[in-house]
Amino acid sequence: MNWSLILGITITIITAFTVGMFYGGISRKVTARIQNRVGPPIWQNFLDVLKLYSKESAIHHGWMQHLGPLWAITASTATLMFVPILNNGQFYQNLNFSGDLIFLMYMMVFGQLGMALGAGQTGNPNSAIGVSRGLSQMVGYKVPWLLALVAIMVQYKATSITGLIELQNQIGWLMFASPFAFIAGLLAFIGMMHYSPFDIVFAPSELASGPPSEFGGKYLGLMMTSGSIFTFAKLVLFVDVFLGGASNILELLLKTFVIYMIPVIYGIVSPRYRTEQSIRYFWGWPTFFGVIGMLYAWYMIS
Amino acid sequence: MIEKKDSLAIGEYIKNFARKHSLFVLAYGTGCGAIEIPPTMTSRYDAERFGIRGAATPRQADVLLITGYLATKTLKRVIRVYEQMQDPKYVIGFGSCTINGGMYWDSYNTINSLDKYIPVDVFINGCMPRPEAVISGFVKLQEYIQEGKADGWRKYQNNIEEYRENQKRIIKNWRMPDYNL
Repeated sequence: MNWSLILGITITIITAFTVGMFYGGISRKVTARIQNRVGPPIWQNFLDVLKLYSKESAIHHGWMQHLGPLWAITASTATLMFVPILNNGQFYQNLNFSGDLIFLMYMMVFGQLGMALGAGQTGNPNSAIGVSRGLSQMVGYKVPWLLALVAIMVQYKATSITGLIELQNQIGWLMFASPFAFIAGLLAFIGMMHYSPFDIVFAPSELASGPPSEFGGKYLGLMMTSGSIFTFAKLVLFVDVFLGGASNILELLLKTFVIYMIPVIYGIVSPRYRTEQSIRYFWGWPTFFGVIGMLYAWYMIS
Repeated sequence: MIEKKDSLAIGEYIKNFARKHSLFVLAYGTGCGAIEIPPTMTSRYDAERFGIRGAATPRQADVLLITGYLATKTLKRVIRVYEQMQDPKYVIGFGSCTINGGMYWDSYNTINSLDKYIPVDVFINGCMPRPEAVISGFVKLQEYIQEGKADGWRKYQNNIEEYRENQKRIIKNWRMPDYNL
């Protein structure tokens, strides 16, 4: 049995949870300061999760409702497992293999799918509207995201993230080497974080928080845990693909924090889009830059 | 509590600490007191620094904030909402109307004392209480939670027949799902 792998996986999950939670707390603090408030302490999300896990009763709507949050957290953890956290060293390499970038494109959808099934079981109309909005929005931002990643894979003939990181050690960061794919990826990434103006799924005053509206207590705690792990996984994936990865944990935190702050700060000053506005946005400039990125990749290899 | 060197007591202390500092509030804002909630939550009085934030649905909420009078018609909805919340849950009665009826005490279609129908942990008096008073009420609730005294939900479970009797006296057409503990 490969104990160092198991130890690395455990440390990775704990790191992802802690960092994701702290980033969430920092985003709440930044929001509060921009609105001229004091705001909650940055460890507030830990207290929220601890409180949610110490709730004493739980509702029962059906089996899928119990499995939905579990599915979400399984998918988040699985996504995290295939993202190389650091460039070198035994720890944090986890389970990646050649071709994992293609695998991750599929894997990143599973969490939302599980949540959609779980929310559908509860029978709340707000959940159903939230799920339909979420799937519509996914159709929106997946297009520029896939265009960006496929442009990179075509241009550098690499489908593994570790391969891309090694490549970036030689030719520099891909955000400069293939800028159009980077712009498309970044704009899609802003949508993937589900912050305002793209928070049409979880719109609290409009949809009563959408898919998790019937989930309380431990289910909501599981969803928050899953969300923080998935946030960290997405950030590290983005840093690995476009910003050359990170060789130590401080560099990783710096890079992921800068990327994380872009959707947060853009979100604070933007009101919420409607569903069709959101999709139209993603099929506009982000897709345009994605297509330009594909043409650029084709030009560079021919 | 933590001096007892009892592992269960220490666990309960930690849980109560988390519950105290993370209150998701569902404001039942049909009374006039609802106008005091936005200033309490936004920049000027900023309740979020105490960990108080709004919850969207009853399932996610910890605190039910009854802002003002309750008509006999809305009492049914309040009971339904209260029973949908997950334990442990707390109720704050907001304004004089929830204490003794306030200016509506002889009205034909409002209830007078909220505590007879659902267990109230903290009352905030005033007509209307200012945001400072609301925050001081929340801080009082936090103290009760830390001391383990905010056990209205347990009282409701134990005395469900008595509460049901009072509720059915007001609500004549009782068609509600059972409260499963």
